[in-house]
Amino acid sequence: MKVSLFVTCLVDQMWTSIGVSSVAVLRRVGCEVEFDKRQTCCAQPAFNTGYLDEARLVARRFIDIFEESKADAIVSPSGSCTAMVHHYPQLFAGDSKWLPRAQAIAAKTHELSAFLVRVLKIEDVGASWNGRLTWHDACHGLRDLNIKSEPRALIRNVRGAEFVELEHADSCCGFGGTFSVKYPEISVAILDQKIEAIERAGVQAVVSGDASCLMQIGGRLSRKGSKVRVMHLAELLNESSQQ
Amino acid sequence: MNHLSSETFKENAKAALADVQLRGALKNATSLFGERRKAAAASLPNWEDLRTHARAVKDEVLLHLDRYLEEFVRNAESRGATVHWARDAAEANSIICGLATERAARIVVKSKSMTTEETHLNDALEAAGMQVVETDLGEYIIQLAHEPPSHIIAPAIHKTRQQIGELFTAELGMPPTDNVDQMTSTARMKLRDRFAAADVGISGVNFAIAETGTIVIVENEGNIRLTTSLPRLHIAMMGIEKVIPRFADLDVFLKLLPRSGTGQRLTTYQSFITGTKRASTDEGPDELHIVLLDNGRSRMLAHPVTRQSLACIRCGACLNACPVYQQVGGHAYGSVYPGPIGAVITPQLMGIEKAAQLPYASSLCGACREVCPVKIDIPQLLLHLRGEISPRKGSRAERLAFKMWARVMTSPSLYRLSSVAGRILQRVMPISRAWTNGRDLRPIESKSFHDLWANE
Repeated sequence: MKVSLFVTCLVDQMWTSIGVSSVAVLRRVGCEVEFDKRQTCCAQPAFNTGYLDEARLVARRFIDIFEESKADAIVSPSGSCTAMVHHYPQLFAGDSKWLPRAQAIAAKTHELSAFLVRVLKIEDVGASWNGRLTWHDACHGLRDLNIKSEPRALIRNVRGAEFVELEHADSCCGFGGTFSVKYPEISVAILDQKIEAIERAGVQAVVSGDASCLMQIGGRLSRKGSKVRVMHLAELLNESSQQ
Repeated sequence: MNHLSSETFKENAKAALADVQLRGALKNATSLFGERRKAAAASLPNWEDLRTHARAVKDEVLLHLDRYLEEFVRNAESRGATVHWARDAAEANSIICGLATERAARIVVKSKSMTTEETHLNDALEAAGMQVVETDLGEYIIQLAHEPPSHIIAPAIHKTRQQIGELFTAELGMPPTDNVDQMTSTARMKLRDRFAAADVGISGVNFAIAETGTIVIVENEGNIRLTTSLPRLHIAMMGIEKVIPRFADLDVFLKLLPRSGTGQRLTTYQSFITGTKRASTDEGPDELHIVLLDNGRSRMLAHPVTRQSLACIRCGACLNACPVYQQVGGHAYGSVYPGPIGAVITPQLMGIEKAAQLPYASSLCGACREVCPVKIDIPQLLLHLRGEISPRKGSRAERLAFKMWARVMTSPSLYRLSSVAGRILQRVMPISRAWTNGRDLRPIESKSFHDLWANE
């Protein structure tokens, strides 16, 4: 299957190993991966902050670029950015020119774990990683895309990994995009609930499907001097342990 | 009175975060409510169908609200009730104060009603010289403390047992205790006395049935039953959105509301009031007056996106589920309606300029939408309101930043350029303190994914 990777601007600039791992995992399961170098952002920052005109400009650009692709699917290592693409029809409601195009692009765009499990029907990508780990359900993947069992199935098949459920795995980490800088004190107070749960879980790593949540959680763990590392699902699935 | 303003949400929230007792009380209460709700919802196999059904009923009502209201008024009046229409809070309060003063009322007992909190009816009644006694235990507590409610169904949720004990000792002369039974029976004795003396009973309304003209009120303490049956005059205030078409529609709402609110299968009391007593020898009030309040609701109704805000049945589930509410509590919102639904309806009721911060007080996690018994898409409404506010009221710097952002994100060459610039700038510019006060910031990578792909 031919896949066009939407790497997201955050991964592109801040956490490239998520993109590299995504490509490796997709190739390992037999996908041909293309990357359109004109890609930038999904428009979420503007959409979520209420700048809808700006969001439309960027969303149109996304549609223009990815419509040209001959790939069977657009895949992204982010529940949040994928959910944004799925919101495009809402952004172009009542726009007879752009609405059908938005709908078509949304239908073609998948979050990585959902793509592996739902589309390719693959739950074991042959990864191995030794240690105890847990999973944080990033909100938009969970509630906008209904992604819950898929990452857990993939994680359970990682050899050597001991998976434990996080208490309140489905509660928010407090990131929320511009919320995290508009209301940093509330954002960190919410985050601390997540950090306490991670500490109680006694894990070496916390895994999630969004770089944004992982930067939020990782930033606090690092500030607290915690030894728990944050890992994106794509990174975990690309591990072949020699530990 | 400790009335905070919505305009100072950020400062209110910071103060709340520093209040250790408040956060302890909130954590206990919201997680208990949340767990009970979850268990109660799970006990019904067709929970999702019930939600869909309830929303369909609300959508039908909101599409033909005029018709259903007229039907309700016709049927309520034919059974002896008098109905008043109030355009806004001032009009509603003046109707009620008028009814009370015309009858030379001195003592008013009230059962819990968010709509009368919305109009600040107590202040108006007191200004008219009346003694007003809140008879719901939680409302009674906050009335003694001179505070507004901090939760839609649990108004004193922010208080610990110890704080309430101290309050009762100070205000009621009760011997110091934190024994809940003792505190409750002290309140009960004080309230019984006021019930016996009251001239007017004022209640809210949970559902108003168009088909029969019946008002339905649910509760656990029995105080609503007393408020609506002991005094000679009963006044019920309701938002115009409370009407439902048929008696049979109650079924679904009476399944959803108690389970979503307190996690109960059924509240202890359900009062069905249809008009006044039939014969003069019957028990019950001589008069029933129903005040229909608009106060911004028709404005919400007019817009196809905001209309769904009026489907809310005031269960409070979204407050308990909200990570922001769980941390800062209700008072920080500076509105009688706090939490996610409060962040949606407050700007619409009070005017956007007075509550412009509230729609941003959310991480958009969607937990509120997940628990809402009538499937209100609260994140969508928050985004809609942000779309109304940001382009007009956002700071100049923010508006400019998003204009530039859009330029950069629609141009691959500008994007590449700014990615290089970002790497240089982060070395010389102080990183946003808003982030780094609590969290370390991951540095920008030395090579972007674009670079890595090009070199592959």
